[in-house]
Amino acid sequence: MNTVIDAHNISKVYNPETIPVYAVNNVHLHLQKGEFTALVGPSGSGKTTLLNLIGGLDKPDEGKIEINGTDITRLSSNQLINFRLHNIGFVFQSFNLVPVLTAKENVEFIMQLQGIPKKEREARLKNLFRQIRLEDKVDCRPAELSGGQQQRVAVARALASKPQFVLADEPTANLDSKSASNLLDIMAELNKEENMTFIFSTHDQRVIERARRVVTLVDGRITTDTALVDVSHSVASVSSPPLIT
Amino acid sequence: MWLLKLAWKNLWRNKARSLITMAAIFFAVILSSIVSSLQKGVFDNLIKNVVSFYSGYIQVHQRGYWNEQVLENSFAVNAGVEKDLLRQKGISGVTARLESFALASSGESTKGCLVVGVSPGSEDRVTSLRSKLIAGGYVSDADNAALLSEGLARRLKLAVRDTLVLIGQGYHGTTAAGKFPIRGILRFGSPELNDKSVFLPLQAAQEFYGAGNRITSYVLSVDAPDDVKRTTTELGRILGKEYEVLSWGEMMPDIRQHIRTDSASMTIITGILYILICFGIFGTLLMMMVERRHELGVLLAIGMKKGRISRLLLLESVLTVISGCLLGILISVPLVGYMHNNPIRLGGELADIYRRFGFEPIFPTATNAAIFMRQGVIVLVMGLLLSLYPVIKIMRMNPVAAMHT
Repeated sequence: MNTVIDAHNISKVYNPETIPVYAVNNVHLHLQKGEFTALVGPSGSGKTTLLNLIGGLDKPDEGKIEINGTDITRLSSNQLINFRLHNIGFVFQSFNLVPVLTAKENVEFIMQLQGIPKKEREARLKNLFRQIRLEDKVDCRPAELSGGQQQRVAVARALASKPQFVLADEPTANLDSKSASNLLDIMAELNKEENMTFIFSTHDQRVIERARRVVTLVDGRITTDTALVDVSHSVASVSSPPLIT
Repeated sequence: MWLLKLAWKNLWRNKARSLITMAAIFFAVILSSIVSSLQKGVFDNLIKNVVSFYSGYIQVHQRGYWNEQVLENSFAVNAGVEKDLLRQKGISGVTARLESFALASSGESTKGCLVVGVSPGSEDRVTSLRSKLIAGGYVSDADNAALLSEGLARRLKLAVRDTLVLIGQGYHGTTAAGKFPIRGILRFGSPELNDKSVFLPLQAAQEFYGAGNRITSYVLSVDAPDDVKRTTTELGRILGKEYEVLSWGEMMPDIRQHIRTDSASMTIITGILYILICFGIFGTLLMMMVERRHELGVLLAIGMKKGRISRLLLLESVLTVISGCLLGILISVPLVGYMHNNPIRLGGELADIYRRFGFEPIFPTATNAAIFMRQGVIVLVMGLLLSLYPVIKIMRMNPVAAMHT
């Protein structure tokens, strides 16, 4: 399996000059292609900070992060933006679709940023809306969609750029259980069928149950890193210590 | 193109905010257009009033006459020069004058006066001399009669049909003396002209001064007062070194200085107006940045480059400012046109004072297209400069911090 994310001893410190607070403390994390990983932990444990660091939205104070062999901690702000555009898909808790664009335009937006020709965009759009089962909602604006539908569009937007992996920060936090279940089904399908790598932070037990690997963070440190094996529709837990804390 | 489309859609996501911004720009353009066109209109009217008293917009003399205004610096009427002047684009009228001084006498009273020999027809076309008549009639080319200014007539106790005696020094030191029946009395706004001027038909004046067919100046009226400077330079080039061509501004530097001083104070007022407009536009931009900070952070996070986001915001600003400007110009044009045709009129004593000094008691607006364009462009540039604020904010934006808002 290919390593997609390789984070070495990363730390993020707030208030280093006064009272240092380690949001992420000496974390070491590897993610292979096709993983479906949940990042769990109590509020303030550093899940979002870790996702931000892996997603190139923030820079660690220590350590390095390699995405497909590229050390993103060495990239400039502009290089990072470009890197994110072509390598990382984002799904946010509050959907964050562009309100003035239709569902289709929101997904197409990323491809327009990438400069993909119209013909190819159309083909990808058709496929993506089939995968998220919203073919009949392509022309709806976000305000006309339910929370679950908006989050499915957000997933399609994250996948539109054909990223190396998708980062999802609490993707089901604002969804009812049915919508959350539908979304997870779609994400799981995409993970299986397209071997797409997903890493998501969550508190949601339903999401944790669907994950094939669960990394637990407490006070910025990884306390457990558990791989779950899906055997004939039952999930068995494989005991494993944290890789490095 | 898709960026422009997105900018247009963003413009209408918060209709109230966009409309408030457009309205601020719209009223800014209207206000500044009215202020500027009123300022220009009042000054143009002032110049028109002043030059139509007497001087005309442009005068042509023999070189050196303006510095030493004596008959020796006169020149012979030259049909070629007159033809050149009339052929020149923008010249609407030409009249010849012979000017000098003499003593005006009647009974026991004598007073120094300005004697102006004029071609009655063309003089009326250029300076509306006939309109200044308050008693008696006008003169013709062949008459040997005088038109006397009101103040001088009062001083000499003369009226229409009385006789005026003039004594003075003619061309080349000859003695000039003559008797002229008074055909009419003129009233001038300028106290100086009103107290000491005598108008004779050109031929009568030339005979009185023994000046043959000589004149001291050609007085010109123009189609476009704004082009006087260019026309003066062009005429100077065409007529050559033998003649001096002076614009009204060169002949009456005090009026030009007055306009400059007044313009400076109007510039300050307009500047204050622009500052208020800037605050209006900036306020809405500030509001927009606060409202959209999270969204812009998301765009940055998903890979939209800062330059592209800046272009998007600039496009939104340009669309807003241009819409406001165009609407402002569209409404300003008929509004200023109406104020041009129906100028603000002064009433009561103030109007009388204006009239007494020969000024029309009105504040008209100028309708030059350049005024509207200039105001539109100024507000547009202001809007664009202010749009740099969101651009600067974007350039400094941290996606994580922005998404936390």
